[in-house]
Amino acid sequence: MGNGADTETLGRLALFADLSRPQVEAIAHTFEEEMFPEGQRVLRQGFSGSNLYVILDGEAAVVIDGKERTRLGRGEFFGEASTLLGTAPTADVVATTALRCLVVPASELEGFLMAYPAVAIRMLKEAVRRLATTLQWL
Amino acid sequence: MALTHPSGEYPVVVVGSGPGGLQVSYCLSRLGIEHAVLSADDAPGGMFRSLPIFGRLLSWSKPDAPFERGAREYEWFDHNSLLADDPELRGLVPAEMNRDFAVPSRPEMERGLAAFAERADVHVRYGCRWETTRRDEDGSLVLGTSEGEYRCRAAVFALGVTDPWKSDIPGVEDVPHYVETLEPRAYEGRRVLVIGKRNSGFEIADGLLPWARQVVLVSPRPVQTSVIALSSVRVRYMQPLEDAGLGGGTLALDAAIERVERTADGFRIHAHGTTRPGEVELEADAALAATGFATPIRDLGNLGVQTVAQGRIPALTPFWEAVGAPGVYFAGNATQGAPGLRRHGVGASSPAVHGFRYNARVLAEAIAERHFGVVPERATFAPGEVARFLAHELAHGPELWAQKAYLARVVALEEGGAGRDAGVQPLSHFVDAAGPDAVAATIEMNAAGSIYPVVYARRGGAVTEHVLEPEPQHAYHGPGYLAELEGLLRS
Repeated sequence: MGNGADTETLGRLALFADLSRPQVEAIAHTFEEEMFPEGQRVLRQGFSGSNLYVILDGEAAVVIDGKERTRLGRGEFFGEASTLLGTAPTADVVATTALRCLVVPASELEGFLMAYPAVAIRMLKEAVRRLATTLQWL
Repeated sequence: MALTHPSGEYPVVVVGSGPGGLQVSYCLSRLGIEHAVLSADDAPGGMFRSLPIFGRLLSWSKPDAPFERGAREYEWFDHNSLLADDPELRGLVPAEMNRDFAVPSRPEMERGLAAFAERADVHVRYGCRWETTRRDEDGSLVLGTSEGEYRCRAAVFALGVTDPWKSDIPGVEDVPHYVETLEPRAYEGRRVLVIGKRNSGFEIADGLLPWARQVVLVSPRPVQTSVIALSSVRVRYMQPLEDAGLGGGTLALDAAIERVERTADGFRIHAHGTTRPGEVELEADAALAATGFATPIRDLGNLGVQTVAQGRIPALTPFWEAVGAPGVYFAGNATQGAPGLRRHGVGASSPAVHGFRYNARVLAEAIAERHFGVVPERATFAPGEVARFLAHELAHGPELWAQKAYLARVVALEEGGAGRDAGVQPLSHFVDAAGPDAVAATIEMNAAGSIYPVVYARRGGAVTEHVLEPEPQHAYHGPGYLAELEGLLRS
């Protein structure tokens, strides 16, 4: 059985803002929803085989070598770099509240982005914004 | 004769007499944990008296296999029987099978479960319906039932995922659910619309192929043929998909349904294409909603139990405890609410008996240890024996093969290369929990279907993963793997 997410919830996220309702419904039916209790690791630094997560509700901390770097909230995503590059994540992502996510399996991410180029553009912009922020720190 | 499990106080209460409930009860008994088992049904395995609709399960039980029935290693070849320490109590489902098929029929499954309950002395209070739940000030749980109140420290709900569930499409309330499918001959000469393209939708399509004039399946998500190819559910998809692919009449459409309308002679649906944009309008003489099932959690939300998938599945910790409701555990199909690491996007087998029977045993051990301080006696290994033990488990450990990347065999490492079996544990628990030096061995599968061993080593609190090469004969107890494991244990 597929544990689809709720179409209304997905439709409100910026990542899916350019999609038609039938398209959002297809995504809701395709990918599963997962809930993590506070304190649970979702992404694990140095472990292969991780997936892309889109936050539906709650908050998570990005932790590198035990040090918290930033926080992510509703509509934000993580795991895209390791998933697209096929490498192990360079950070832990830990739920700081009860956290609800949509899970896009690594094996399906490329097909997903090719099926919905508008989502790929939104994801690219966000990745570039994160890179720019990181470069400012250097 | 004394009444089985009269109302009152018990250390643990188990609700349900399907494979999940029976397995937890058996394992709790083996650990010496007193408990009551309650069931609204009047006999074990009640679901199998009506479902699956078309009469046969999807998961194999091979009467003949590379290992003898009764051996622990045979479990991997028998996906439907429950687990037992006594070899005489193992493999009870294939014992009921007539070998026309490698998968059991509903009556064969039901008889196998009934034989287990009887011969393994699993005592259930039948005809006892759980109705309400509350938590008392002292933290204990109180279950109100048709036969009085049961009080306990921990409750295990093995309810199945069996409540018919429909999505919120306007008009879908007029469409009968999968469970209300009539005899196939009732669809003779009719065009049948099936809402849903997953297992139950294709089960209907397959069952109606010899009868219906045409079967049209509709849902927003395209059928993922590459995923199905690696799964045992493919038997149900094969014939209708071939029919659809060759233009034989069956249609499998990717469309989001906007509304369902009743007409004088049947149904009309208005939908929008998903993989191909555009409006879709369909008329049919009959319609069926193969939209899935939910766990009947009743009032458990009041205790703090949370859910995923639009309320259908309880959200669970790695040890199958409800997120937000300590002491409330789930067994059986609902254990899919603890999805594990989903490494490479591959899910666990928790929705099927061959997956959740192992979850049940690990759960019983966790309840025994956490709530009652009972730890089962396990083997210790002299230096040099640890690698050999792990290699055998990687090659033949049924838990690791059934629950890939989900359950792992853990060995605690001691001075000088000695070790102590720490049992089977949820892999996500092992990689996230702090603890003394230990190794966890598991079998994994990637999205391409390659199967290989992975060993996780925890040293000084830090866990590292070691992916071993796949081998076509899965002989992970061979000399090459043994040497590699010995090297890992030394490093």
